[in-house]
Amino acid sequence: MKKNTLILGIETSCDETAVAIVKNGTEIITNVVASQIESHKRFGGVVPEIASRHHVEQITLILEEAFQDAKVTWDEIDAITVTEGPGLVGALLVGVNAAKALAFAKQKPLVGVHHIAGHIYANRLEKEFQFPLLALIVSGGHTELVLMKEHGSYELIGETRDDAAGEAYDKVARMLNLPYPGGPHIDRLATNGEKTINFPRAWLEEGSYDFSFSGLKSAVINKIHNAKQRGETLKDEDIAASFQASVVEVLTAKTVKAAKQYNVNQVIVAGGVAANKGLRKELEAVFLDTGIPLLIPDITLCTDNAAMIAAAGTIAYEQGRRSGLDLNANASLPLK
Amino acid sequence: MNILAIDTSNQVLGVSLLKDDQVVGEVMTNLTKNHSVRLMPAIDNLMNEIALKPEQLDRIVVAKGPGSYTGVRIGISTAKTMAWALDIPVVGVSSLEVLAYQGRFFPEYICPFFDARRGLVFTGLYQWKDNKLVSVLEEKNLLMDDVLKKLVEDQKRVVFLSPDISIYKEKIQQILGDHAIIPEGPYHIPQAGHLGLAGLNKDSDSTHELTPNYLRLAEAEANWLKQQKGNK
Ligand SMILES: [Zn+2]
Repeated sequence: MKKNTLILGIETSCDETAVAIVKNGTEIITNVVASQIESHKRFGGVVPEIASRHHVEQITLILEEAFQDAKVTWDEIDAITVTEGPGLVGALLVGVNAAKALAFAKQKPLVGVHHIAGHIYANRLEKEFQFPLLALIVSGGHTELVLMKEHGSYELIGETRDDAAGEAYDKVARMLNLPYPGGPHIDRLATNGEKTINFPRAWLEEGSYDFSFSGLKSAVINKIHNAKQRGETLKDEDIAASFQASVVEVLTAKTVKAAKQYNVNQVIVAGGVAANKGLRKELEAVFLDTGIPLLIPDITLCTDNAAMIAAAGTIAYEQGRRSGLDLNANASLPLK
Repeated sequence: MNILAIDTSNQVLGVSLLKDDQVVGEVMTNLTKNHSVRLMPAIDNLMNEIALKPEQLDRIVVAKGPGSYTGVRIGISTAKTMAWALDIPVVGVSSLEVLAYQGRFFPEYICPFFDARRGLVFTGLYQWKDNKLVSVLEEKNLLMDDVLKKLVEDQKRVVFLSPDISIYKEKIQQILGDHAIIPEGPYHIPQAGHLGLAGLNKDSDSTHELTPNYLRLAEAEANWLKQQKGNK
């Protein structure tokens, strides 16, 4: 019988310090996430220097917690995987250097993992992949459509040209004086509002799977300003509902179109914005009609975690990919 | 006792291996190159050269700053994680203290510093007393002008040690005259061997609690605190 593969994952690309151990790329042994969100709330967004400082404070504590929880010994660990990018460079550096120190101290193989590959592989911790598959990654830092024909192969077919979807949510939330992170608040307001305002939908040129949310964000800001000048009152709920309708319509339409064009057998949604109820509802409704299975992992796996890095890293490890001790953090690492 | 000393807190990359207080091998570069890429290979090469395995290490000493925030974090993340994995003690030593070792035989004040931009320096005052390095003025982020003003008042002779000496050399000499001693190039380069020696004589830190000695709040944090005060 084939021995199990146990992979350690480390993720520090933004504001969570996370360590996980995953078995065979599909089973979580432990998944520890320390969120810094309470600290960053003071600033209305993630401050890179503060994030980096928290990661240094947390990294060995989280490692220890993971090993205590997993009851796994170092002998059983096959490789160390870590997010090498993209993300905040100072934050990434803590994880990358910790991973290299472990790889050296324990003489284990080291594998650098792309953060988006991680988000996609979060799904494999719940359900096996059926290729070809299409993944929509939506978060504060990302809005991407990725086509996968086989394990470890990523084809970027669409991405945002300006703001990420989550970024637009945060900016609109700030306009409405909602606390950071704004996404959940807008989602909540939207359920009580009417889509009375017709905000623009950025479809971009014919056939493009790229996204753009900065125009929408500006339109919302203008609408609020103009209303104020004219002494009109807009209901925050209506602004939220109308804004969300625009984001959800574009995300859903492009995802469905790509899924049909590439004839995929699965559609995966990942990233923090996948927790958005409005988006989930719309995607579920539309994909029910197409008959293509839609997978949205549990919210704890949608947001940043290290189990997803270990899961993606397992495939990379099994495919023979290795990183050297000169592995660096790369804030704008391309997905390959 | 096998000691690994790591300094990536400023431009100099330093790695040293000591057997007790004897330096067995050392790597040093004074280049504007990426510490994150070069640190682990440097450690790996040096350990191979000496035929030492990671599990034979007994103690890790790391320069904890002040210096480049990123540089310090690279060193500390590496040191504390390695110490945790090997279950050995880790010791953080001030990067200024490491420089002060270069003034080992000077009887009066030692002023090691790193440039912190806009006229500011990370600095403190040290003195060797009874073969021990003693802090005379607490390490802080200060205006070089204020440091020099204090030194004029103290009327002591001061040796200045800094990889950034060229920025302030003229000003120091202007203000302190022959009370200022500024040695030649190599004295301004911190040595990882000194770092290891300093760490040998110190109590170890709690691995989890070892954090950089930034000497400065993050800008956002400082602004936030100011705002909180204003709101009261
Ligand atoms: Zn993410």
